[in-house]
This record gives sequence, C-alpha cells and structure tokens, in this order.
Amino acid sequence: MNIEELTDNFEFLDSWEDKYRYIIDLGSKLEPLPENYKTEEWKVKGCQSQVWLVPEKRGEKLHFYGDSDALIVKGLIAIVLLIYSDKSPAEIKSVAVDNIFAKLGLSEHLSPSRRNGLIAMTEKINYYADIL
Amino acid sequence: MDWIEEIRKDFPVLGQKINGKPNTFLDSGASAQKPLCVINKMMDVYTKEYSNVHRGSYLLSEEITSAYEESRRIVQKFINAESEKEIVFTRNATESINLVAATWGRKFLTKMDEVLISEAEHHANLVPWQMLRDEIGFVLKIFKINDDGSFNWDDFQQNLNGNTKLVSVTGMSNVLGTIFPLKEIIAAAHKVGAKVLVDGCQYVVHQKTDVKDLDCDFFAFSGHKTYGPTGIGVLYGKEKILEAMPPYQFGGDMVNVVTYQSTTFDEPPARFEAGTPAIVQAIGLGEALKYMTNIGMDKITSHENELVDYMHQRLQEVEGVTEVGTAPHKGGVFSIDLKGVHPQDLAFILDKEGIAVRVGHHCAAPLVRRMGYESLARASFGLYTNHEDIDRFIAALQKAKTFF
Repeated sequence: MNIEELTDNFEFLDSWEDKYRYIIDLGSKLEPLPENYKTEEWKVKGCQSQVWLVPEKRGEKLHFYGDSDALIVKGLIAIVLLIYSDKSPAEIKSVAVDNIFAKLGLSEHLSPSRRNGLIAMTEKINYYADIL
Repeated sequence: MDWIEEIRKDFPVLGQKINGKPNTFLDSGASAQKPLCVINKMMDVYTKEYSNVHRGSYLLSEEITSAYEESRRIVQKFINAESEKEIVFTRNATESINLVAATWGRKFLTKMDEVLISEAEHHANLVPWQMLRDEIGFVLKIFKINDDGSFNWDDFQQNLNGNTKLVSVTGMSNVLGTIFPLKEIIAAAHKVGAKVLVDGCQYVVHQKTDVKDLDCDFFAFSGHKTYGPTGIGVLYGKEKILEAMPPYQFGGDMVNVVTYQSTTFDEPPARFEAGTPAIVQAIGLGEALKYMTNIGMDKITSHENELVDYMHQRLQEVEGVTEVGTAPHKGGVFSIDLKGVHPQDLAFILDKEGIAVRVGHHCAAPLVRRMGYESLARASFGLYTNHEDIDRFIAALQKAKTFF
C-alpha cells in the first residue's frame, strides 16, 4: 500500500472509532522490529509510550523499522513509515508530513504539545536522512 | 446533589463541548478549573485597580498593596497560621520547596544529617533534596509505603532517628491518593528534633488544613490547584524558622538598608519576595480560597469522599481494571491500569469521548515504577466533579476495551 491508497481508505471512515480501529489494524500489520533493537539506544525520547525507530541503509534508500508498546501509537508509526520508509534522503527531506496528516484528519497527533512521539519520530527520520 | 449543579455553573469551562461531547474534566489534580469569581476579580484588578505594590505613594498603589496583603491574610486564615508573616508568596509549591532547600537547607543541614522523605513523593519533593545532598553530603533516606499505597508506620519509624534533621512528606499522594497521617508523622519527627515540611499540593484542596493543629514547620501548596490562577504558590513557615533563614533571591522589595557595598534584608515574608511579585495572581488566589471557604471545606470533603466511594465501586464493574493505590484513607485521585490497553491509547480514546485524564508517570516516576508500572492513567476530582463524570469515565473505559 502507498500513501495515496491509505488516504483513499481513510475517506471511507466516517467516525473516529472506525479510524482508530483501522489505525490499530495498520499497527498490527507493521513489519516487526527485531526484539534485540528494543533498547534504550533505539528509543525515541519524549513519548508517553515507548517508541523505537531503527534505520537501515538499503542502497541509496533508507528503510525504517518502528514499534511502540501502545497500539494506536504503533498504527500511527505504521503511517509515518509508509510515508518515509524506502525513500532517498532527498525524498525524505521533501515530505510534507503535516499535509498528509491533515488530509488523514490526524493533525492532532502531530501537534508538538502531544507527547506521543510522532513529531520526535519524524525529526529523527530527518536526522537520519542527513547523516546516513 | 443540587448544590453541585449550582457550583458547576461557576465554572464556565465545564459547559464547553470537547470533541462534541460534554466536558468530563478529570484532571483537577494537575490543575483545577477556575470559578467566575476568580476570573472576574482578576479582570477587575487589571481593568480598575492595577499598579505595583509596596511602592509609590498614590491611591492605586496603596489600594493594590492592601488587596495583596489582604490576600496574605486570607491564606493565613485558610490554613490557620498564627501570623500573616508566616505566609510567603511563591510561584508554586515547587518553588516553595526549592526555597526551603536553598535557604533553610543550605544554612542548617550538614553532612552529618539525614533528610527523610517517602516513596510517594512528587519529583518536586525529591529532586531538590537529591541536588542539595550532592552539594552538602547529607544522607537522603526514603521510607517505604505499603503495596496498597498506604502509609507504612514501621518503615517510617525505622528510618527516623536522632540524625534526622528534616522530614519532607506529601500530605496526599498525587498518584495514589493516599492521605498521610500528618499529625502523627509530625509529632514523631519533632520528638527526634527534626523539622517537617509538608507538600500540601493535593492535601490542601481536599480537606480543612490547620497548620497550627498539624504543627508542621513548613507547608507548601500551589494556587492553581486550589481553583486559583497559575504563577502563584504559598510557603508557610513558622515565624521563628523563617526569621532564621537567609534570603532566597536578591533584588527589590526585600531589602532594608542598601549601600553600594552592603545590604541588610527585610523581615519575612518580604525577605523571600524579591522583585515585583505576582500581584494579580495573589489576589486571585485569595478570591479562590474565599470561594472554597464559602462552600465549606467540610462539604467539599464529604462530597469528594462520596465520589471516591462511588468511583471505587464503579471501577469494580470494569473487568481488567487495577486501581493502583487503595489505601483506606484516600482522596479523589485514581490511577488505573486497564489490562491490555496502554495508558497512552486509553487517553486517545478518552479524549475523543471528551474526557480529560493524565497519563504517564505524573512527575513521580520512581513511585509509578515502585507500584510496578511505567505509565498509568489518572483520573482526579475537583469540588465540581459529579456522578455523571464518573459514569462517563466508566462507560469510556468499557468502550476503550472494545478496541483492543
């Protein structure tokens, strides 16, 4: 699935309940993060749940693994990774994540005052795009 | 119950819709909503009476100085202090405790001494003592609480000895709701010659506070939790003790004679209120305390006790819920774990239902860990909380479970 398909799917979801159920479902299908990466080193700081992010260089592109112990957060991570993973650093830098989240009706989750780790995660992805 | 519905009209924000749902505000333990009388009073001061205090020989300044000092007397009466000189205005309880650590602590604690606190302390009553210990080298002792969150008399006594110079404890835990037996703690501490500081942030909101009867040496609380504004807090200290303490910060309004080379300092409380204080906030706090007094602290306590029983009873209906902190004597603070539902996810869902709770470690990370968790969801009550709030909370817990 790409982000366009995801946006289309979201349009069929009228209530927040359906949206959250779908997000939880996305999280359950997220590519698993190997257990040995669930350490302090790979933790994204500043979250009310535990969030991990691990980059992997694949040729010119960056692949990301992510996980969280909170399931809605995990689903939101799945969306973030759908947006960013397997892209080149230049592509990563050009992503307008705010617009995508606004289209999905999930802007509140990218608000800096929500400490759910998604902002910290997008910042970290951008950081990896700079250094890897 | 009718008076609660009347009271709720004093808090306009409670009538706001949140995500299209009734505002179910269960985060008063973090900060309480403000009644109209407080909001209006502050508006009045800004629109009709504002100027600086303690200086300027003109009418507005005289009037606002007297309103500011009247607020101090309201605080004095509210906690039954002996004298208004024992009431120092600070930013919040955190600053009150830091003030004691920085002034009394630096002057009177040595590396031979011990400071005793409980496992149930907020970071504000833990970290200042850790920092001061690193500086001075005294021993920081932590006495245990019981697994249900209740006060552990045996462990407290085992840790209390002739070297204990300060016992610094919460009056009511912001995570567990436990109300500590302050009078007994203070009497025991005084017996070994220790001073006692009470972090009264949660305690002062929920029942009548009488510092004379408690006989505590210091009592700290925040205005914003007592239905007053942010930016104003209180440190109560016994007059003799405050008199022996050096200033906290230096500047205007706290000095006696200043030359270019030397300065003598004012008496308490002015000695501890350097610079222009939070004037309007202090007056707002006075108004908030009057509001609580007019309702009656006994009435507030019995309403809250009834809600605590009701919440406790209704939580039993929710399968998989663990109430963390079930001390027999507890106030309106409920930290819960819902099996299979991460507190963060729970908060997302509650928010959509218009319910405000706090999730995380509640600025008491060691305590949450000691109870066996990394993160908890906390519902806390105010005087305006009603049975419908609890009903909506319980219904939302049941709903949250269907997602996972």
